Amino acid sequence: MIENILRIRDLSVNYQTNRGILKALRHVNLDIPKSSIVGVVGESGCGKSTLITSIIRQLDDNADIPNGLIEFEKQDLLKLSKDEMRNISGTKISIVFQNPMSTLNPVISIGRQMIDIQYRDQISKKIKKQRSIDMLTKVGLPDPHIQFNQYPHELSGGMQQRVSIAMALQAGPSLLIADEPTTALDATLEVQILKLLKELQEELGCSILFVSHHLGVIAELCDHVVVMYAGQVVEQGSTYEIFNKPAHPYTIKLLECDPASISKKQRLLPTIPGEIPDLINLSKGCIFKNRCSQSIDRCSQETPIWKEFDNAHFVSCHLTES
Amino acid sequence: MSKLLSIKNLRVRFRTNSPFQAMINKIEDPYIDAVRQVSLEMKEGETFTLVGESGSGKSTLALATAGLLNAEEGQIKFMNEDVTTMTSSQIMAYRKKISYIWQDSIGSLSPRMSVGSLITEAYKIHNLKDRDLKMESDRLLKLVGLPKQISERYPHQLSGGQARRVGVARAISLDPKMIIADEPTAGLDVSVQGEILNLLNKLKDDLGVSLFVITHNLNIVRHISDKTAVMYLGRFVEQGQTDDIFAKPRHPYTLALLSANLAPYSEANLKNRIELQGEVPSLMDRPNGCEFHTRCPFSSKHCDNEFPPIHTFNNSQILTCHYPLN
Repeated sequence: MIENILRIRDLSVNYQTNRGILKALRHVNLDIPKSSIVGVVGESGCGKSTLITSIIRQLDDNADIPNGLIEFEKQDLLKLSKDEMRNISGTKISIVFQNPMSTLNPVISIGRQMIDIQYRDQISKKIKKQRSIDMLTKVGLPDPHIQFNQYPHELSGGMQQRVSIAMALQAGPSLLIADEPTTALDATLEVQILKLLKELQEELGCSILFVSHHLGVIAELCDHVVVMYAGQVVEQGSTYEIFNKPAHPYTIKLLECDPASISKKQRLLPTIPGEIPDLINLSKGCIFKNRCSQSIDRCSQETPIWKEFDNAHFVSCHLTES
Repeated sequence: MSKLLSIKNLRVRFRTNSPFQAMINKIEDPYIDAVRQVSLEMKEGETFTLVGESGSGKSTLALATAGLLNAEEGQIKFMNEDVTTMTSSQIMAYRKKISYIWQDSIGSLSPRMSVGSLITEAYKIHNLKDRDLKMESDRLLKLVGLPKQISERYPHQLSGGQARRVGVARAISLDPKMIIADEPTAGLDVSVQGEILNLLNKLKDDLGVSLFVITHNLNIVRHISDKTAVMYLGRFVEQGQTDDIFAKPRHPYTLALLSANLAPYSEANLKNRIELQGEVPSLMDRPNGCEFHTRCPFSSKHCDNEFPPIHTFNNSQILTCHYPLN
């Protein structure tokens, strides 16, 4: 059995809004095995960001977690005090955000920022500087000695993202959360950053939770894929399984919609008819029933159960049970 | 099909230093060329797409085509009228024929105006008083597939896909000849992206408009466009029929872009991938010779000192490279 670095069980997150309680996440299960890359895909508003922020316990004040367990290295993150959590985030769990320009402080030089984040370590500034330069070399920044004294605006987008990856990995975390780290970059730079992430992951042996809505990127980088829809995880499995034998109708539709999957030129592109359900007034049954072309009577009566459909391939759909 | 747009040797430049600064610092050429020696032709009813990385000059070219930026050199002819020499009243008339869908769909809508007044704003600007604005707004909303009631909403109450549709409604309000769409699907999910592209294609057929699309999503280019041009450092490195370019890219940069286009379904893609090293050079310090040689995996002699010649294949695929790929 492979050890899981992060284990999420039955996690739900609600937001208090003016219109009522918005159920942003409902009964989410997720495993991140040690030293592997897990990708989360889903459309905007499906709860990807809520999931990340609940792992690092940075949810907004109007959020509450009625039930669930987030087990990281054998301890439940939801039960930790603020101080205990602060010791974990930044050292054992770190994040790379979507927009590198807003991650980095524009008025402080890169080197200074890299030294500042090592405030926990009781070592001389000289060693801290050396460590930072080593890390910058590792992420492939040319002339790290010179770049060290530069300010974020002097670097291009790709270089800034390399710096934020260096900062995230400096403390040697066992889990790196990457929230759409390549969305703001061009295609050729995207390939470079993905390659870098993969190399660093192999070298440092950490796990990565990679969030994206770009199916190609997920297929390229990840070992396992989690598909989210409207606040639920609908399918989880190995990358090969999900892309070649998708089981949930939503996953199937999503893959069909990707123009990259259509090899023949066609003017009319496939879409998923209908709209994402309102997460405040949820109706009974399966969450995808209104947009699903194969829905049966049972779909509007019972909520499908999260089940193992094939070896390590989980799905929640009535159709896969028979 | 008759010729709609023809651009010849267009050059658009931006000042980097004021004349005084340039004099003090002895800078001989205080400009950068964002678009250099670009020529293209577009026929009526065609979809032309422009691909390239950020900073390659895609938007600058589109803005100059719309008459929103002045050209330094060259000619932009739209239906046989030269855009570069138009007076301001002529430009006003020209803008009825050409419209723009902006990249930031919500940002391009005024937050203080309702959707109804946003999509009929063009009639007021162009002083078309005979139109019944309420009816026009209903008609346009129907065309882009939005319910009538949405005309009372404000931009912050719209989803990303709805805001795009409002942007499209604004663009078609004056029955333009050509729509310039700057990244029409950026930031949209795949299914919504399909909806917007299907809508644009439908409008193209129903209203007979031509589309000038800027994008860096190559997956959609293949499906929607007739002609494609690849831009690098303000120049077209390769242009031609979309099918030809996708079937046989002949410029190394095009090949690199195509193989950087991550698709989950092709194993072959992975093996033959070319990875570009390094970053896009600065426009202030253009490389000598072929401007792509600093990142080109195939560069050899001549590339770093001689500007590459122009090759034409099949009468339509034009590229500038010393060693075109076969």
